[in-house]
Amino acid sequence: MTDLTVQNLTLHYPGAGIATVEDLSLNIPRGSLTALLGPSGCGKTTTMKIIAGLLRPDAGDVRFDGQSILQTPPERRGAVMVFQNHLLFPTLTVAENVGFGLKMRGLPRPEIAARVADMLALVQLPDMGPRRPAALSGGQQQRVALARALIVQPRVLLLDEPLSNLDAHLRAEMRDLIRSLQQRLKITTLFVTHDQEEAVALADQVALMLDGRLRQHGPPQDFYQRPADSTVARFFGGVNFVPGRVAGQMFTSDLPPLHLPHDMPQGPGTLTIRPESIRLGPGDNTLQAHVTDRIFRGTQTRLHLSVGSIPLLADLPPDQTTGITPGTDLTIHLPPAALWIMP
Amino acid sequence: MTAPLWFRVLRGLATASLIIWLILPLIPLVIWSFAKGWRFPSLLPQEWTLRAWEIAFSDRTGVLESLWVTGAIAMLATALAVLIGVPAGRALGQLQFRGKSAVQALILAPLIVPGIAVALGLHAVFLQLGLTNTFAGVVLVHLIPTLPYMIIIMTGIFANHDPSFEAQARTLGATPWQTFRYITLPAILPGIIVGGLFCFLVSWSQYILTLLIGGGRVQTLPLLLFSFATSGRNDLTGAISIIYILPGILILILTARHLTGTHPALAAMVRR
Repeated sequence: MTDLTVQNLTLHYPGAGIATVEDLSLNIPRGSLTALLGPSGCGKTTTMKIIAGLLRPDAGDVRFDGQSILQTPPERRGAVMVFQNHLLFPTLTVAENVGFGLKMRGLPRPEIAARVADMLALVQLPDMGPRRPAALSGGQQQRVALARALIVQPRVLLLDEPLSNLDAHLRAEMRDLIRSLQQRLKITTLFVTHDQEEAVALADQVALMLDGRLRQHGPPQDFYQRPADSTVARFFGGVNFVPGRVAGQMFTSDLPPLHLPHDMPQGPGTLTIRPESIRLGPGDNTLQAHVTDRIFRGTQTRLHLSVGSIPLLADLPPDQTTGITPGTDLTIHLPPAALWIMP
Repeated sequence: MTAPLWFRVLRGLATASLIIWLILPLIPLVIWSFAKGWRFPSLLPQEWTLRAWEIAFSDRTGVLESLWVTGAIAMLATALAVLIGVPAGRALGQLQFRGKSAVQALILAPLIVPGIAVALGLHAVFLQLGLTNTFAGVVLVHLIPTLPYMIIIMTGIFANHDPSFEAQARTLGATPWQTFRYITLPAILPGIIVGGLFCFLVSWSQYILTLLIGGGRVQTLPLLLFSFATSGRNDLTGAISIIYILPGILILILTARHLTGTHPALAAMVRR
């Protein structure tokens, strides 16, 4: 188990004039699974390649267990990367692909064969050894790629969008497999994805990167309940933003005064509440709202509300919204514990 | 699906004329080499003999020695072309750098500028370096016509080769040498074989450059052949011609499968 620290990492691609990674600092505790989340082109893969040793940073440091590994060539870092398009070596069989890392380390053949068989069983492909990668399905190829990485017992496992080339049902299966293997083998894992649901479902910690910078790092629920700013909140489906001012435990804005939980930053700020946290009926922070639209979304119904001049969106269970049509006036309340103030 | 009749007829005619064009000129050579006098207007010689072949393989003519010299020069020139052409092709195929198109034009230049013009200029340089009339000098000068083929082929191969496979191998624990040995080399081998074949044949059939730099001291097969052809010994010329042509045909047959299309397994390694 290795503790991975990235400190003040900066890399500007030559000529482009844009910082791909800008002053990124991140700690990934040993044995944990961290998702590096962000839209494409935000510098996630660049960060991963720097950790793997495939790119050199302009500034900053990468440390495994406190030791800088920037001077160590990729093959001796023990940071194995699994790429998006699996990159199985087409001239080798599945077993040879899985055993590749062990062969490079000069292990004796019988030992390689035994460990390859174990690893193929672990990823549920026990009889695929003699096949060529091209004869496998996309999901199977991705599992072989995972087996090939895990067999060398990496200090750090780097997964670059390993699910994005798979169908929806295979994706869930692969996600569970990655999670269970990671839990069993306790390998420090960094998982790059642009899909926030995937990040939340898989990771112990989520690090959100936007435009080469780290915007928020913490447990998945924080991104819903305690977003760092409105950009982060929007990335996670936040839709309600009300500018105003905090004084003590009160929030004043174009809405009626609202009670806040304690310890909120004082002064001007933006109030946010998850659409699914808005409740019907009277309670703490009761408001009179006018329904402007209603959209059925399967498991939830989204109501477009206006409270005076302020628009709010609320997601409610469909059985609670029968009879609510555009034009209706509603009593709602915003539970103080669900309110959050951002700068 | 069957092609229309007119297409099949046209294709058959084209194939037949290609074969005639390539094979027909060789037939008199074969006949000459076994003939004991073959004069107009007889269609075939009256008498047959193996004498020309006996002479050709005797020590007097130096054919065997020439064969060895020509082969050694062609192989060394090919090996050097591979050693230079593979890294050069990698740089041109995968890297972007200032002046790349100028470098590419310069590499093509020996195929455009007549070889003799280059060789005359080089002769002066080689004279100073003491490389004229030497085996090494001839090997070096054979790089002029061979290297462009090698570099052009390797540039194409590397432009289509996805370097991510090498990155993947490195993170799995392969050293740069192991990465080349197990990942890059299998992927580019068809290109090296085709390029090497071209280089070997270009060097094998080189006349002017060998004559100028070798100064007649380095007797390759084409030089020998030319001297027999001009001396009017048709039977010997025929025999030596066949010896001269044979390796090319053999190499072509042995490597034909590499010349047609790509290796199915390697198609997956092509950059997407």
